[in-house]
Amino acid sequence: MSADLRLEGVSLTYRTRRGALDALGPIDLTLAQGEFVAVLGPSGCGKSTLAKLAAGLIAPTAGTLRLGDAPISGPSRRTGVVFQKPNLLPWRSVLQNVLLPAATLGLAPAPAQARSAQLLELVGLAGYADNYPHELSGGMQQRVGIARMLLADPELLLMDEPFAALDALTREALTLELQRIWSQQRKSVLFITHSIPEAVFLADRILVLSPRPGRIVEDYRPALPRPRDPDTLGLPEFNAACHHLRRHFTHA
Amino acid sequence: MPDTRTRRGGALLPAPVYPLISLAVILGLWQGAIALFAIPDYLLPRPAAVFDALVQGFVTGSLWPHIGATLAEAVSGYVLGCGLAIVLGALLAESRTFERFCYPVFLGLQAMPKVALGPIILVWFGFGMASKVVLVALVCFFPLFVNTINGVKRTDPELLDACRAFCASRRYLLLHVKLPAAAGDIFSGLQIGVSLALIGAVVGEFLSAQRGLGYLIASASVSMSLATMFAGVALLAVIGLSGSLLMRRLHRRVVFWEGAARGERE
Repeated sequence: MSADLRLEGVSLTYRTRRGALDALGPIDLTLAQGEFVAVLGPSGCGKSTLAKLAAGLIAPTAGTLRLGDAPISGPSRRTGVVFQKPNLLPWRSVLQNVLLPAATLGLAPAPAQARSAQLLELVGLAGYADNYPHELSGGMQQRVGIARMLLADPELLLMDEPFAALDALTREALTLELQRIWSQQRKSVLFITHSIPEAVFLADRILVLSPRPGRIVEDYRPALPRPRDPDTLGLPEFNAACHHLRRHFTHA
Repeated sequence: MPDTRTRRGGALLPAPVYPLISLAVILGLWQGAIALFAIPDYLLPRPAAVFDALVQGFVTGSLWPHIGATLAEAVSGYVLGCGLAIVLGALLAESRTFERFCYPVFLGLQAMPKVALGPIILVWFGFGMASKVVLVALVCFFPLFVNTINGVKRTDPELLDACRAFCASRRYLLLHVKLPAAAGDIFSGLQIGVSLALIGAVVGEFLSAQRGLGYLIASASVSMSLATMFAGVALLAVIGLSGSLLMRRLHRRVVFWEGAARGERE
């Protein structure tokens, strides 16, 4: 299952001691069902804020957000999240961490158990159910986070720079893996990143944000076939897309 | 296969042996000083005399009621004070109103020596065990209370956001995220509490008691029986040390992820 995400005139202004600080927007954006949209922007442009707004963790100063037919008024079981840090509970085993949404959303235990086993398999951690987060590498911890995100079968995935803290090789491996997982699950994805190749490789559409307050300055569709695999990285179209997007950032 | 690299700095003996050697040296210096400076028994007893007093006390059984009384007061006061500190600390950490009005007051109270309230507590709770338990609870309460509040409030906001995004309720966040996250701070408070509990019990017994190691020391002071006083002090040291070690073990076992995250090994 997947749902469309719609933002209309969404902006966020922080009130500080020095006065109002415009953090984001106004932003209009429509993310179609099953679409993978990457948001690319410089540091501090408010892209993480965008993810938090879509997750219902903060409310916009102006504008409306809708997921499918319902307005977003707070966290929802229809949304799954992964952040830059894995944010696992260190006192819980891998399996218990994946099952967190089952507890917080009140899912039936038996199907949730079965699903968590499948998901651990999907992210390549089948043998690690009883390990604790500190026993895993950063990349493995983030895989646990991905399994947790998928547990309640959400309709929208929000991924806020999920691979930014990982080393380059792990990052590449996980990007490939996410592509594989997404092609199996076909969820709507809002993927925040500051990596151009990552955005081009994964996304159907790439939204480029301006520096603060972040606004969409380009809505770009790379002309790349699916399914994508390591060979995609060698295509001239891939390099052309990266080159095209890089123009936005080279003057910095 | 034994790993010869694990002992730090080329240690030859198991770690607990070293402090025992230090202790033996201290006892030796003590004995030597008495012989060298001809210190009379009524000022500083010989280590052997203290040892005799201990053996005598255990053989005749006269020490047991004192040990039992002090332990009972310290343990029940500790459990009471620490339990209240954790429950109240967790609840009050969640309340903005409390934070604004009461937290500074509690910080001020923490700076006040609670044992100064001993005589007042004696008036309110009588001369029996109850007043000692209350005094112990009071001295144990504050550090743990403040630690619990700080620990709960210091929970990684990103971790909380991640759990909130999965619709975790406030109650769930407190019980399953914030309190476990505060476990390290809570255990530091529990550790401090062990020695404070003994201080509270002994001060209570100094003030007024018929039993207890504090009473034993105070009454031996009247008869200038220094060996007995030193025996009481030694017993308190042993009890305090055992309690601390026990709590440290428990700390490592319960909050297993913190030591492991730092790369420590048992």
